[in-house]
Amino acid sequence: MFDIVNIEKPDSLETALKMLSHNPDLKIIAGGTDLLIKMHNGTLENAALLSLRKIPGMDEIRCLDDGTITIGAMATFAGIFRSSIINEHLPVLSEAAVSVGGPQIRNAATIGGNICNGAVSADSAATLLAYDAELRILGTEGARTVPIREFYAGPGKVNLKPAEILTHVVIHKTGYSNTSGCYIKYSNRKAMDIAMLGVSVVCKAEEGRFSDVRIALGVAAPVPIRCGEAEDYAKGKEISYETMKEIGIYAVKASKARDSWRASKAYREHLIEILVFRALKEAVIRGGGVHIGEL
Amino acid sequence: MENYENISMEVNGKAYSIEVDIRESLLEVLRNRLQFTGVKQGCSVGECGACTVLIDGLPVDSCIYLAVWADGKKITTIEGVSKDGELSKVQQAFVDEGAVQCGFCTPGLVLTATSLTDSGREYSDEEIKREISGHLCRCTGYNKIFNAVKKVLDDKQH
Repeated sequence: MFDIVNIEKPDSLETALKMLSHNPDLKIIAGGTDLLIKMHNGTLENAALLSLRKIPGMDEIRCLDDGTITIGAMATFAGIFRSSIINEHLPVLSEAAVSVGGPQIRNAATIGGNICNGAVSADSAATLLAYDAELRILGTEGARTVPIREFYAGPGKVNLKPAEILTHVVIHKTGYSNTSGCYIKYSNRKAMDIAMLGVSVVCKAEEGRFSDVRIALGVAAPVPIRCGEAEDYAKGKEISYETMKEIGIYAVKASKARDSWRASKAYREHLIEILVFRALKEAVIRGGGVHIGEL
Repeated sequence: MENYENISMEVNGKAYSIEVDIRESLLEVLRNRLQFTGVKQGCSVGECGACTVLIDGLPVDSCIYLAVWADGKKITTIEGVSKDGELSKVQQAFVDEGAVQCGFCTPGLVLTATSLTDSGREYSDEEIKREISGHLCRCTGYNKIFNAVKKVLDDKQH
């Protein structure tokens, strides 16, 4: 049994927001694959929950007329991985989604939960950063939109106020059109493991040069990050072995890797340098470019 | 503090309307209240896959799924896989390939394999391995389990 004192199951967002504003102690539960384990482990006690599962349509994935893609916060990772919209337009997100946990977890865990619990190891986070995703958040006073870059406030902390609900992840056409990319999850096991490092690369190339490179890292700093210096360096550079190696070195500068039981700082920095190169190399190949060698 | 709710769900094709404690997992309700003891309790944290059941056809760890969420859902446990005393094709493949040793992981794996065959999709060897990766087998029988799943999927595809 879980240490639950109350669970609300509203069937509309309006009711959910009302319940949240009347009772600020309510904790939002989505797929439950994180929260229920915290309860099992005793790190969350006497939980008063608000479940979003009964609200219809919150798992919808849509492509709007202008090419904007909206992903409902309750979309599961299995749903994202199987979505034809995601596979056609956001293949790197599909790749990240299928790297989460195992199949049973992916059938329950949601992208909204993954973002809102603020885990630096969230497999979706790095890729959403690389696609310049925005988050649509609904509160009692209306909706607001926040770039995901500004959403992470610290380890396990996000900029979600009490009585606010993340409803959609939004990716604009400018974020994904004419791009190719790659997500590399580095972990001890191929399945059912948490990333030691997550690297997501989305890039555009024109006439043998990088015109836009976006690099995001999970588990390289207290929150998922973009590698600004490396991206600036890459812009306009010729696509070559040397440039890509250099981009990997620049990416380390953005990181604030630390020693933990999962990996040492030195090892993590080594991983960043090598895996950024490899993700870029793969992104270039997927974008129709040539194989430029191994590192 | 007592807090109960009525839920209606279908388990193995039969309708149930029962009162559950809001603190209970689906695993606890299926095993302790409805006596579907083919659902195994392993790690209790969604890592081992022993408690896997199909919810509306998809494999889910029932240990980290609240019983109140099962309201209105169709659940399949291992008890619902054979029909009229006949083993299902998946079960028969597990027998034929010797994919069962101690048997603790078997109900979950058979259910995941059943969802794969029911999906109508084709799976490469790598995809089969990925799709059964949420189950731990401590008798180290993964090769035989993989062979059984592959066999039943191949039979289906030809």
